[in-house]
Amino acid sequence: MKKRKKYAGLQKRKAISGYLFISPFIIGFLAFMVVPLFQSLYMSFCSVQLSPEGISNTYTGLENYRQAFLVDTEFNRLLVEEISRMGINSVAIMVFSFFVALILNQKFKGRALVRAIFFLPVILSSGVILGVETDNALLASVESMVEETTNVTSISDTIQTILITSGVGARAFSAVFDIVDGIYDVAIASGIQIIIFLSGLQTISDSMYEAASIEGCTAWESFWKITLPMISPMILVNWVYTVVDFCMRSDNELIEKISEQMIAYINYGFASAMSWVYFVVILAIIGITSLIISKGVYYYD
Amino acid sequence: MTNDQAVRRKRGFWERNKLSGGYLLRKKIYDVSFKIARAFLLFGMCFLILQPILMKISVSFMEERDLYNPMVISIPEHFTTANYQLTAQFMTYGRSLINTLIVSLTVALVQIAVCTLVGYGFARFEFPFKKLWFACVILVIVIPPQTISSSLHLHFRYFDVFGIAKALTGHTINLRGSVLPYYLMSAGCMGLKCGLYIYMIRQFFRNIPKELEEAAYVDGCGTFKTFVRIMLPDAKPILTSCFLFAFVWQWTDNFYSKMFLGNISLLAKELAVVADRMDAWVVNTLKIPGGASVGYTNCIVSTGTLMVIIPLLILYLFAQKGFVESISSSGIKM
Repeated sequence: MKKRKKYAGLQKRKAISGYLFISPFIIGFLAFMVVPLFQSLYMSFCSVQLSPEGISNTYTGLENYRQAFLVDTEFNRLLVEEISRMGINSVAIMVFSFFVALILNQKFKGRALVRAIFFLPVILSSGVILGVETDNALLASVESMVEETTNVTSISDTIQTILITSGVGARAFSAVFDIVDGIYDVAIASGIQIIIFLSGLQTISDSMYEAASIEGCTAWESFWKITLPMISPMILVNWVYTVVDFCMRSDNELIEKISEQMIAYINYGFASAMSWVYFVVILAIIGITSLIISKGVYYYD
Repeated sequence: MTNDQAVRRKRGFWERNKLSGGYLLRKKIYDVSFKIARAFLLFGMCFLILQPILMKISVSFMEERDLYNPMVISIPEHFTTANYQLTAQFMTYGRSLINTLIVSLTVALVQIAVCTLVGYGFARFEFPFKKLWFACVILVIVIPPQTISSSLHLHFRYFDVFGIAKALTGHTINLRGSVLPYYLMSAGCMGLKCGLYIYMIRQFFRNIPKELEEAAYVDGCGTFKTFVRIMLPDAKPILTSCFLFAFVWQWTDNFYSKMFLGNISLLAKELAVVADRMDAWVVNTLKIPGGASVGYTNCIVSTGTLMVIIPLLILYLFAQKGFVESISSSGIKM
């Protein structure tokens, strides 16, 4: 009896110290996440007026949402554009980073250097630099000038013309070529994903592949039967990370529109409504897709 | 036995190939061609990533007329460093650099210190509602900061703790433009990508064997002492890499800086407006009414980007292991 009580005491002490350790998070979460979250939800149903004394919210119901969907000329278009861009690019990023991780996991000369170069985008594709990069018209103008003066088109353009004039699946080709032309965006956004996939690949033990090849498995089969299932938890992590990362990129036009409404026009209610629509859509996408992916995830232990 | 081996070693490649029925040659050809294809692919992709940087470097040393000269592609004909001087002037480079350095260092330190505590708490303790709180961490990772930015904006514009300030002075405190809100948020794990750091640090601490901790408890170490003396020294690699990430991302961050650090000149913010400064300078000082040309403006922006990332590149050169190795060894899983 005495012993049991003592154990309960230790457990209680550990629970208390656990809460002490995570208390900064709890305080921060309540003060800077939950409160603003509900406040902005409330503001999205209001017309917000600012004055030196404070904020005055007048309840207007769904007016802001009506304005976003029915009145504003840009919002619907931007929302659809950003979501579809996110979908296509996220898939491309996943495939690209998985492929690169497979290559970087092999042994070859100069691997350290190549790895260093591939992780460089982790630094270079963050924050403001990305935004500056996208509207860098210099490269475009130089390119077009070179094209005009020398009458040479790029290789991908030529191949595209050939393939499209041959008449087979013109629309599918143009989607593929959009990705190929945007390969730089994909490469530069997949630094962290490559690291995560690599870490997953390194945890697969060689003995599995050895056993499989002794049993007569070809490299192709062991990729589908060993590598892919073992890496599937990382696919889930990477998918969530990619989607979230894409939503917060600084070259996102919808985000630009929201912060413009907020800072330049001081239209907080409308801005909150738009960001809530965006947030709910993203959350739904992440929830549904990760549910689908998690059905296929295989946990070794 | 040894004789047999010696004979086998003496056999040439073709003889062995013949013995294996052509398999050896096929395998050799396959291996070599695979290596060549891989080398091409890797070189191409590395070039793809490096090309914009190389391009920026070459452009940043060009004079304006070189930009429009179709003969000049990558090596400037009229070598100049005037672009750097101009850009430094537009960005108030010296002051911004020091500000950015201080802000990034302190913010990263605060963030990682707090995230380490929280990550450790999640990894090594059992307490009621642990799953719920961890779901909140995931939520923090997933919620775009833009969603709450509007109300955070107002939150700090009319900042008040339970109405104390209003009771004392008659009006609320305007914290906008001061640095305090951002440090408060960082200390509350709500800064830039803090959820991610908590997640990574927790993942690391979970893999440390329980015996280590129990041994420390048996030897009379308290909870906190165990954390500082036993766990922290082990966690150095993951903490370094989290710190480096926090530092770098803070360095280039524009969103939080624009919102909370309004009055300090930071590199990321200056870079965003360097094109407008350039235009204004050309109109006002050089008295050219049309403003700066597109090409030259982009040249200045490239130079500015280069000047922002050069400190980071130097850091990456020296700390490349810290960035990559510890993350890949920690095994991030969901």
